[in-house]
Amino acid sequence: MSSKEYRNKPLYIISSLVENKPGVLFRITNLFRARNFNIESITVGITEKPDLSRMTITTRIDESILDQLVKQLRKLIDIVEVEVLDVNNTVYRELALIKIRAKDFTNRNEIINFANVFRANILDIGKESVTVEVIGTPDKIDAFKNLIIQYDIVEMARTGVSALQRGE
Amino acid sequence: MSTLTFTKHIWKKSFLQIHSSLKRPKLNYHTNECQSIDNEYIYEVSMNIRTMSEMSGSKALMQSLEKEGVEIVFGLPGGANLPIYDALVDAKFRHVLVRHEQSAAHMADGYARIKRKAGVCLATSGPGATNLITGIATAYADSSPLIAITGQVPLNMIGKDAFQETDIIGVANPCTKYAFQPRLATEIPEVIKKSFYIAESGRPGPVLVDIPKDVQQEVTDIQFPDLIKVRGYKPIVDPDLSNVGKAVELIISSQRPIIMAGGGVILSGAFSELQALAELIMAPVVTTFKGKGAFPENHPLAMGPIGMHGHAEANRIILEADCILAVGARFSDRSVGRFDEFGKGMNIIHLDIDPAEIGKNKSVDIAIVGDVKSALRTMVKMLSKGRTNRSSDSPWLQRRKELIDYFSQNIKDYPRELTARKALKKLRELLPVDSIVTTEVGQCQMWTSLHFDVISPGTFFSSTGLGTMGFGFPASIGAKAARPNVPVVDIAGDGSFNMTENSLAVSVLENLPVIVFLLNNDMLGMVAQWQRTFYDRRYMGVHQKRCPDYVKIAEAYGANGFKVQSMDELDKAIKSALRTEVATVIDITIDPEEDVYPFVAPGTGLKDMITGA
Repeated sequence: MSSKEYRNKPLYIISSLVENKPGVLFRITNLFRARNFNIESITVGITEKPDLSRMTITTRIDESILDQLVKQLRKLIDIVEVEVLDVNNTVYRELALIKIRAKDFTNRNEIINFANVFRANILDIGKESVTVEVIGTPDKIDAFKNLIIQYDIVEMARTGVSALQRGE
Repeated sequence: MSTLTFTKHIWKKSFLQIHSSLKRPKLNYHTNECQSIDNEYIYEVSMNIRTMSEMSGSKALMQSLEKEGVEIVFGLPGGANLPIYDALVDAKFRHVLVRHEQSAAHMADGYARIKRKAGVCLATSGPGATNLITGIATAYADSSPLIAITGQVPLNMIGKDAFQETDIIGVANPCTKYAFQPRLATEIPEVIKKSFYIAESGRPGPVLVDIPKDVQQEVTDIQFPDLIKVRGYKPIVDPDLSNVGKAVELIISSQRPIIMAGGGVILSGAFSELQALAELIMAPVVTTFKGKGAFPENHPLAMGPIGMHGHAEANRIILEADCILAVGARFSDRSVGRFDEFGKGMNIIHLDIDPAEIGKNKSVDIAIVGDVKSALRTMVKMLSKGRTNRSSDSPWLQRRKELIDYFSQNIKDYPRELTARKALKKLRELLPVDSIVTTEVGQCQMWTSLHFDVISPGTFFSSTGLGTMGFGFPASIGAKAARPNVPVVDIAGDGSFNMTENSLAVSVLENLPVIVFLLNNDMLGMVAQWQRTFYDRRYMGVHQKRCPDYVKIAEAYGANGFKVQSMDELDKAIKSALRTEVATVIDITIDPEEDVYPFVAPGTGLKDMITGA
């Protein structure tokens, strides 16, 4: 599959509650590998219940395969709950840290202006670089990245998506 | 001893409290430090705790197995499971020593398939554990309940690349329903109870329990739960009645219904329900190869297995049906050929206990998720009330007869006196119907599919999913342990039998006599057939060169061996094997050029079946 074909597939956000114990992440990622599904991003963190973690997985797959993926996930004994979030009715965010090369005062000012427009925070300014924190949907982060790519990105770290369904 | 009750949410806390109020867990082994309970993960369960007494982890393991009703375990000791073997001395169940761990897993698997409850095998860490893997993967592919208990290096050595250390949990992950590694002796009873529950319920499958040596040795107060709950595991048992109703309506309205019975029928023991349903709707019954023996093959509605080496009439009739009821079958490529071609223009009803099987290979019109037995029972009930005005001389059943007659004349046959086909017909003639039959993998397996009718439901099994050569012989020994009073036969080929023939020692020494019906063409015959068919007879790596001498092999282990070169000799050898209570190898010389027909080549559809005629 070409990367363009892949990017054109719909993005799904799968939210699951899993047992908070060793080996669970391995079992889940191994399932993706064994069944030939691709993970776009995966985030794991503790929840309000200490024995459960929330795992948010984003993946680009055909809708016909989505059902099979969810059923396979549901079969895993360490997964307590799985649901595919409706993107239109979900709050989801990602955080990116981007270190951008800024050789002079003009560059730095331009980057800071862009960051302000995107409501991004400047975390660090060095002699030749600016480090920015951007929070938003993956699209917003992509847009910011595409804008500042002209200045040369030294390093970038993205967290992957965390998501919750809106309302009760 | 006291009776204490804990609920799910306070369990973890209470656990610590009990321990602080009782003696500290003592560690009577060679490590320097005592493990802190607080650092260990404790499984969250709701349980009734009944008994509590001080014992080692190994002893707790034995008692847990006894509580699950285990009668027999198959295994081989080593450094990391010595404490388990020490506890086995006093255990109330039987231990069968194998000569290779792979065979232990196959024996436990064979035992499980006949007993219809989990079989247990034991191995040490590292190579012992990895040797089990083929057997575990075989059980996984065929949904067989298996408990594999492995020793592991002590906790403080895990991750240090210690001698005979393997990350067996990681290795086993893709071919088990679950894999446990208890890190405290106190966890063992609960882990074992969970293992049996997971292995036997829903769609059955293997579970691995990896116990570090120090956990086996740890002496502490052990409690045995009566009740466990695994919150992430909710097998669906009761089928959705409205879908069952829709399925019944669809069956009634169809002109040419057909039942495709899979392994799920055997796993749930739904034999009488399936037969009742077939007779009510007067539908021909084909099976998958895994489902062979789900339906008596001498029944007037039976058509035999479909698939790559299915019966020609079965492969043909399923293409002419207008409604397929797939029961406990998973539409494997081996059974249905090309997914896109199979069932085109027909209504498909799919009944399976595993929701993930619905729509995996084939999208269907009506899906029923649940236990096959209870779904079929409901269908029969619904159908008995309504009208099913079908007769045994409907055009559809006449078509069945026509196809059987046609293909009985139009499949390639071999004129020799002794062929695999004739040998299997003879075996069927002489073998009591309640005998258990299993096979190895390759031509011997496919000939069995074609030429050996299973009459008594549930008396046949084979490695159908993974296709493990060497499975049949040890599995037949396990089956003999499960049902000692009937003859057990392994229909083998020379290639497969080589792989686990050392189990002859087990069959002889443990008094578990089975008959090895060895169709010997001195070839890895199935590979040779493909090389003949698809590679222009460019043979590579298929000749066995008359090595070894199987009669001598049998005799070397104290078993009986017969060399058979005519139908007469075969007759005598089978009768003699059935009379004696000793393991017997019947080495039957057949022609290396005898192919299995019909044949649906891989990547093609059932309609492209080659009959060879």
